[in-house]
Amino acid sequence: MARTTLRPLAIIPLGDCAAYIEFSDKLDLEVNAVVQRLATVIQARELSWIRDVVPALGGLALHIDPDHPGVDGDSLQWAANIVNECLKESLVESKKMPRLLDVPVCYAPEFAPDIEEVANRTGLSAEEVARRHAAGDYRVLMIGFAPGHAYIGGLDEKLSVPRRASPRALVAAGAVAIANDQTVVYPYAISGGWSVIGRTPLTIFDAGRAEPSLFATGDRVRFHAISKEEFLEMQV
Amino acid sequence: MSISVLRPGLLTTFQDHGRHGLQHVGLCPGGAMDPVALSLANALVGNDAHEVALEMTVIGPELSFESDTLVAICGAEFKGGFPHNRPVLAPAGSRFNVGRALRGARAYLAVAGGFAIEPVLGSRSTFLPGGFGGLEGRPLRHGDVLPLRNPSASARFASLKKTRNGSVRWSAPPLTLPDREPIVVHVLEGQHYGSFEVNAQRLFFDAVWRISPESNRMGFRLAGPTLVRAQDDEILSGPTCLGTVQVPANGVPIALMADHQTTGGYPRIAEIVSADVPRLAQLAPGGTVHFVGCDLGMAAQLRHHMKERLQTALRGIAWNFGQ
Repeated sequence: MARTTLRPLAIIPLGDCAAYIEFSDKLDLEVNAVVQRLATVIQARELSWIRDVVPALGGLALHIDPDHPGVDGDSLQWAANIVNECLKESLVESKKMPRLLDVPVCYAPEFAPDIEEVANRTGLSAEEVARRHAAGDYRVLMIGFAPGHAYIGGLDEKLSVPRRASPRALVAAGAVAIANDQTVVYPYAISGGWSVIGRTPLTIFDAGRAEPSLFATGDRVRFHAISKEEFLEMQV
Repeated sequence: MSISVLRPGLLTTFQDHGRHGLQHVGLCPGGAMDPVALSLANALVGNDAHEVALEMTVIGPELSFESDTLVAICGAEFKGGFPHNRPVLAPAGSRFNVGRALRGARAYLAVAGGFAIEPVLGSRSTFLPGGFGGLEGRPLRHGDVLPLRNPSASARFASLKKTRNGSVRWSAPPLTLPDREPIVVHVLEGQHYGSFEVNAQRLFFDAVWRISPESNRMGFRLAGPTLVRAQDDEILSGPTCLGTVQVPANGVPIALMADHQTTGGYPRIAEIVSADVPRLAQLAPGGTVHFVGCDLGMAAQLRHHMKERLQTALRGIAWNFGQ
């Protein structure tokens, strides 16, 4: 059962304008789910002194307006108070089912520069790597690093490979990559250290969209394989 | 009415005070690297503080003014001879080369009435990594034409008392420029400070750190001694902030600046206090910094102090505008 009586391990100042409320220093999916609910509850209060609530893997950051007349240099105490107050409310699992995103991925070799290496490391064939990746039931654990960049949990244990020793200087926009127990989709061409096994034609982050980020924390995600022809058709 | 870009300079972008409230989708606030200098530049042309201005980096642009334009440059001192820290009327048809920075790294050029730039996600700031905001999400280029939103605002210049040669007698104080180096920057201990070797903890505060050439609006790489951790366990990725100092496995610290990533998996040795970030932003590559520890109480005091100095300067400027 979900633990709803979680207590913070530590409240750590991220400078004088933010606080990190840590619940776990290891990835724990139950803790992650509670962190997401807590973030939703704090966000829903629309407090004028909080500029942003950022749920992360094992805790959440509150970005605080230090010039707000109430806060006045005591951001850490204010952060602690609001967290404790919200934790007292029951953080029951929302009855609303999380959104399910279906993400098309082309696993063709030209979009999957690292799939052979992953196949070698895991003892699976490239086809089996793609099949297992597309068969998973995933959940967005955190968005960070770059706009729209989602850390997605639920990767098949068989596909677990460490991060690459030397990161690629440039990973293509839409690249689908794996490392350890997670998968990510790169929002635009940036350097990255995860093993790229496919590419989606979807736009991950678009500042011109009403909802710029395709992914939101807590979303359920599925991937399905598409052919190169379908990829090119879907790519605008 | 507009300003034409004859030469773009090293890195000239539109910046305001950034876009807040989007860090949960991985987008940092961004905005001016030195928001204090931006606020002063805006005030000096009678603008609201949130107006967008040009952030000029190390080598400034060469510009041509189509109409009489009330302009102010604040922040780093550039060589071009344009008077800094005061309102100046650039006459119609004039050209001006901002030149190279002599002291500091970044200056803001504000125009009365602002630039006609559409906001993206609530801000006119250029976000270079994502390629949006400002002018097409990119730095200025040769041939760009920068439209003014309200050119008639330049008439504000008429309300100012001037000397016989037509300039104002006063100037605003530069609040963020380094007097001497290394500059002193205050930090709080970061979440993983204790995981570094005692010697690395000592070195962090003893060393004079040099801003490396591989530094940009996202982060400043700090050249100095290598910082070694006592344990090399992997760290769970967590939120970062403007001013977070993280140390990748190579032991070279990186101070996260305006366009920083919102989360990171490197150990965080320190957090720079908000009052000192604008001063750090005024260091060009090769500039030096020395870190001094402080607590949250002192961070709040430093912030108050900087805010008071800014408020005093803004009041002085408003008084000259007869407000």
